[in-house]
Amino acid sequence: MTIFDIVQSFGLETRAGKDHLGEEVTGGYASDLLSDVIAHSRKGNLWITIQTHPNIVAVATMKELAGIILTGGREPDPETLQKAEDEGIPILVSPVFTFELVGRLYQKGISGLSPC
Amino acid sequence: MAEAEENIRFHEMFHIEGGNFMSAGAISSRVKNILKKAGFPGQIIRRTSIAAFEAEMNVICYANQGNLSLFIAPNFLKVVVKDEGIGIPDVNLAMREGYSTATEKIRELGFGAGMGLSNIKKNTDEMILTSESGQGTHLEFVIYLDNQKKE
Repeated sequence: MTIFDIVQSFGLETRAGKDHLGEEVTGGYASDLLSDVIAHSRKGNLWITIQTHPNIVAVATMKELAGIILTGGREPDPETLQKAEDEGIPILVSPVFTFELVGRLYQKGISGLSPC
Repeated sequence: MAEAEENIRFHEMFHIEGGNFMSAGAISSRVKNILKKAGFPGQIIRRTSIAAFEAEMNVICYANQGNLSLFIAPNFLKVVVKDEGIGIPDVNLAMREGYSTATEKIRELGFGAGMGLSNIKKNTDEMILTSESGQGTHLEFVIYLDNQKKE
């Protein structure tokens, strides 16, 4: 499943990185703590968070994530949008809260890493 | 810790301004670009930039100012981060995953998970952290180019 498929299936709105929606998604990670995402996300993952500041793009770039979904109707800061365009990181927004969105993604086959 | 300073092929020092969250990640991103241009393997670049990002964020979150130096040698990469700030009263405690002294403001930005130092340790081959309370902190880490530790 690509980011584009996910945007279509879940009615997400694309705020940045429109030209980078073709990447295959390898799974998902949900967290609002940046170091936690750095430690546990994997390349090509979709990151679900409520953080909106430019550092989320730095983390996504570093970990080579497929994209970021901001939940609960949150909008990225203007600096975040600029940085995401510069780095080619898709930023998507959803009015749905994290728990619900993750559940829906999981039902569609987007899973996370399980330590046990 | 990797020695043989005479083998250093490249050295660059970057200034980090404490408290400036808007430019957070700028230094580690420059480090990443340097390593990319130099043609290092992806995993080496990823590990070094993750560790550099966490070190940079520590200076931004807790110090007044600091410097991050990148050294490139034929067999290893070394990063040295020195800051002027409050320092770490108990380094062993600070290394414990989940332990954090972050303020509410820092936590709201998604930092202060108490995972930064352990992320540095996980992604590097050698790490030395020393600090004097009220003076500042000195961090060094090394990534060997011939020994690829898993992330």
